[in-house]
Amino acid sequence: MNKPWFAVRKELSSRRRTFLAVMSFVLPLLVWSLFSYVPFIWHPQVEIIEAGEVDYFRTGMLVDRAIFEQEKETMRAEGRELPTGTRTNPVYLPAPHQVATALYTAFTTEPQRRNEKWLHESLADSIQVIFWGFFLSSLIGVPLGILAGTYVAVSRLTEPFVEFFRYLPAPAFGALAVAILGIHDAPKIAIIFIGTFFQQVLVVANTTRKLDPALLEAAMTLGARNAGLLFKVVIPGIASDLYRDMRILLGWAWTYLIVAEMIGASSGITWFITQQARYKNFDNVFAAILIIGIIGLTTDLILAWLGRRLFPWQRTARA
Amino acid sequence: MTHLALPSYRDQSPEVADRFARLKERPVILEVKGLTKTFDTSQGSVTALKDISFRTHQREFVCVIGPSGCGKSTLVRTLAGLEDYNSGEVLLDGKPVHGPGPDRGMVFQGYTLFPWRTVKKNVMFGLELAGRSRTAAEEEALQWIDLVGLTKFANSYPHQLSGGMKQRVAIARALANQPRILLMDEPFGALDAQTRAKMQGYLLEIWKNIDITIVFITHDLDEAIFLADRILVLKAHPGEVQELIEVPVPQPRSPSQFLSPEFLATKRRLEELIHPPGAETEEGINGDRLNMVRMVPVNAKVESVF
Repeated sequence: MNKPWFAVRKELSSRRRTFLAVMSFVLPLLVWSLFSYVPFIWHPQVEIIEAGEVDYFRTGMLVDRAIFEQEKETMRAEGRELPTGTRTNPVYLPAPHQVATALYTAFTTEPQRRNEKWLHESLADSIQVIFWGFFLSSLIGVPLGILAGTYVAVSRLTEPFVEFFRYLPAPAFGALAVAILGIHDAPKIAIIFIGTFFQQVLVVANTTRKLDPALLEAAMTLGARNAGLLFKVVIPGIASDLYRDMRILLGWAWTYLIVAEMIGASSGITWFITQQARYKNFDNVFAAILIIGIIGLTTDLILAWLGRRLFPWQRTARA
Repeated sequence: MTHLALPSYRDQSPEVADRFARLKERPVILEVKGLTKTFDTSQGSVTALKDISFRTHQREFVCVIGPSGCGKSTLVRTLAGLEDYNSGEVLLDGKPVHGPGPDRGMVFQGYTLFPWRTVKKNVMFGLELAGRSRTAAEEEALQWIDLVGLTKFANSYPHQLSGGMKQRVAIARALANQPRILLMDEPFGALDAQTRAKMQGYLLEIWKNIDITIVFITHDLDEAIFLADRILVLKAHPGEVQELIEVPVPQPRSPSQFLSPEFLATKRRLEELIHPPGAETEEGINGDRLNMVRMVPVNAKVESVF
């Protein structure tokens, strides 16, 4: 009954699995809450309540604790009115409840300037950019990777160059992309494409090469030849692994999105974040970052669920 | 075994002799002439098969046996067209074969069912490639599945089947193409002894009931004798034909024959060929003896295992 929690490579009961999965979110939240709500943990600054007779203090102002204490000592020594304040965290670490509120209000507050976009519009822009970048990359990268993994000739013709190119950092092409493609979504899509495509070719080629050669041999003795082998054995044989690769690559595409949107961008989620940071609305910044995480995780969970239905022969579809 | 008074493995009862005479009059399905194959390795070229010649007649069951490294797998893979060869000829119905093709079905030792296809779809694979319509292929596949007794599992995926069932599907899949010859590369090697014995029984049943010629690779002497009309014995380094033995055990076979004098005589002959008494002293078991020191404490309760 009382099985150990730590046993090398042994499955846990589903209750424990769920419990641990929940804890993996609760623990970081707990640490965050400790830092936010327990006044003697960290809280390196003081929010002024009464300025006292310190001439540059204002109510609501944040000062470092050391400075506050020093001014207080000075006032006490001179017998003047003491300032009062409460310990607080810097503005860039909002408390969980503030971010939670921002998660809601970020969608409901009107943009500060007329040409700025609502959060949901920024998100829609970003998702569109990701979609096109990833779609175009896959459109060429997946077939090329499959061919490279199947035919040595294609592999030798493409992979050395792809190996070289994948070390060139995608952001380095930012200026070039803007010069060639202008300032709208095209250069961003181009950067996601560059960041994803070359990795994709190699990953897909490797996945294709991992297909059990005995399956190909069996198919050949059953009468399969070139096209038949490719379409009836290679592609269905790697489909489930390919799907898993695509899930991982989609995660990379998100990373490149952030990079892409730093370049000549006036839309998208990154621009929303930079803009909010400029206004010191760090709760909105955290909210936006969390939303990216939530979108990413949700997509992945949906894709994993879909994968289990698409590939019922996979015993170990849980990934 | 040597002290038993056994007949010679060459002694055949009149019925058996008559059957072999008739067997040799059947049309030749597979003819191998002077087949030689060398592998190029970093240490130079290794001759895997040297001047192998034999004939297989229609509906004959041939087993190929030999010590490890004799190239029996290479031989069957060459026959299937999965390996090319340096010289010699492989003739199927008198025509030379090049590359793999559906006229030579193959069952591998490892499970090579397509994991993404159900049992039925696996069996349909060759039929689809042959251009059969979907309904015709499905109908035919179900017949073959019925033949191997897996109708209940037609819609299961391979990972839901036991090892023995997987190999039955593999046999059905190969037979569905109606090949001229069925090549089997240690197909029951990965199965446990009980399943293996059952599979041997199934295979003989299938062989009796359909027009198929079988070349079966094994390293199990009992399996070879139990299944084969004739046994092709290879020897290692290089892989050469040592002897083509006509199994004197009467057909049809049953497990009760395992202790018959003919069976044991054949087995003794195979033992002599595959584990020759002289060879072991040089580099066989005695060559790399375990370096044993007595490690039982002097006051051990059980002093000796004898």
